[in-house]
Amino acid sequence: MKVLKGLYYTEDHEWVKVDGNYAYIGITDHAQHNLGDIVYVDLPEVDDEFDKGDAFAAVESVKAAADVYIPVSGKVVEVNEELIDDPALLNADAFENWIAKIELKDKSELDELMSSEDYESFLEEEE
Amino acid sequence: MSAKKTPIYDEHLKLGGKIVEYAGWLMPVEYEGLVAEHEAVRNDCGLFDVSHMGEITVKGKDATKLVDYLMTNDISTMTDNQVIYTLMCNENGGVVDDLLVYRYNENYLYLVVNAANTDKDYDWILKHMDSFEVEIENISDNVGEVALQGPKAQKVLQKLTDYDLNGLKFFHFVDGIEVAGVKAMVSRTGYTGEDGFEIYTDKNDIVKVWREILKAGEEENIKPAGLGCRDTLRFEASLPLYGHEFNDEITPLEAGFKYFVKLDKKSDFIGKEALTKQLEEGLKRKLVGFEMVDRGIPREGYEVYKDGEKIGHVTTGYHSPTLKKNIGNALIKAEFAEIGTPIEIMIRNKPCKAQVISKKFLNKKK
Repeated sequence: MKVLKGLYYTEDHEWVKVDGNYAYIGITDHAQHNLGDIVYVDLPEVDDEFDKGDAFAAVESVKAAADVYIPVSGKVVEVNEELIDDPALLNADAFENWIAKIELKDKSELDELMSSEDYESFLEEEE
Repeated sequence: MSAKKTPIYDEHLKLGGKIVEYAGWLMPVEYEGLVAEHEAVRNDCGLFDVSHMGEITVKGKDATKLVDYLMTNDISTMTDNQVIYTLMCNENGGVVDDLLVYRYNENYLYLVVNAANTDKDYDWILKHMDSFEVEIENISDNVGEVALQGPKAQKVLQKLTDYDLNGLKFFHFVDGIEVAGVKAMVSRTGYTGEDGFEIYTDKNDIVKVWREILKAGEEENIKPAGLGCRDTLRFEASLPLYGHEFNDEITPLEAGFKYFVKLDKKSDFIGKEALTKQLEEGLKRKLVGFEMVDRGIPREGYEVYKDGEKIGHVTTGYHSPTLKKNIGNALIKAEFAEIGTPIEIMIRNKPCKAQVISKKFLNKKK
């Protein structure tokens, strides 16, 4: 399973890529693999504000729906609309295809997330 | 109690099956992927391990009499080697289980029941056998079962048996034939809406049958198929799943399965009084099909609303792999069950528009 360096990770298999005061958020390769064929992505609305840990999007395969929890607090500034017509992009490359871009509310929250190395060990333990 | 493994369990691991616990069994939910397996069954064929299903035999002078008393369908008019689908109800008309009855002869019936209900069914039958001269046996642990389903099923299975499968009609069975050199009972039945066969053997022989069928099916693009697509296939074909479309408190009439409730059959049966009364008084709720108008996939348990009032819940919902639509079944107040009625499905606390349609999702396509 692919894990990208330089990103932050959660135990719920989301990733965060920081860009100044903004961050891109997506689900990991492990998450897309576990879900199987993804057929629907429920995106948040631009300008919606969320607290860390809120369910802010959902990713669905034929067999199940999985909430995506926002790893850090912030306001949605952009959503990846390509996923509306082609949700399977997440299966093709979960790191390339982010779900939403948010404006970070509190950058110190990033310290509570896992590094790529931590996440790799976490995946091994979960196996 | 730890989850049980079918005799085919190790094969699932070898084939890369993703294992989940289902009804107390460790079962493959998918191998290559749900959609690919679903399409294989619709277009070619797929092979399912269904050894988790329960088998209960009823033998003796009163075998038919007892089973007829337990079931809503008419068992008394069955012929030898026939299979029928039936509900087994409680006194209130709720469903104890839905099952298949195989008739060897008047004095020997073979029941195939849901894995999750096997013990409950067995106890239920024992509880009601008192005045009947019968022997009841739960032989589930001795039986292995696979289901070969899809338009190419006959072509594949014929390679492994000398028995002419053209002679096996839908919902009939033959016992004592050889399949892949193994003594087997084969019925032309299934749970996918496609042609197909269910093959029963001694539990020690089923792995051989499993492997030989997969080998024989290579040219026909056979795929091992998991529980994931078993559910989407049966759902598209309007086949109910116990615990979803009905349970101890949902009657077959509410679920729209009146055809399998023979209120006018000769003998009395458990639940008859309650079901007759329900029919006379009119149904208060009904199982319907619906299609999403707004975006969103309906899922089991989601609430159904009409003008701000809760009118029921979703029993099964999917993004249909065959129809590429978001559809579901819902048990709702009868007054809203008419086809075309706009309803709302609550998806993640958002009301999403939907419309009542025929439950026969697949037939509509044809």
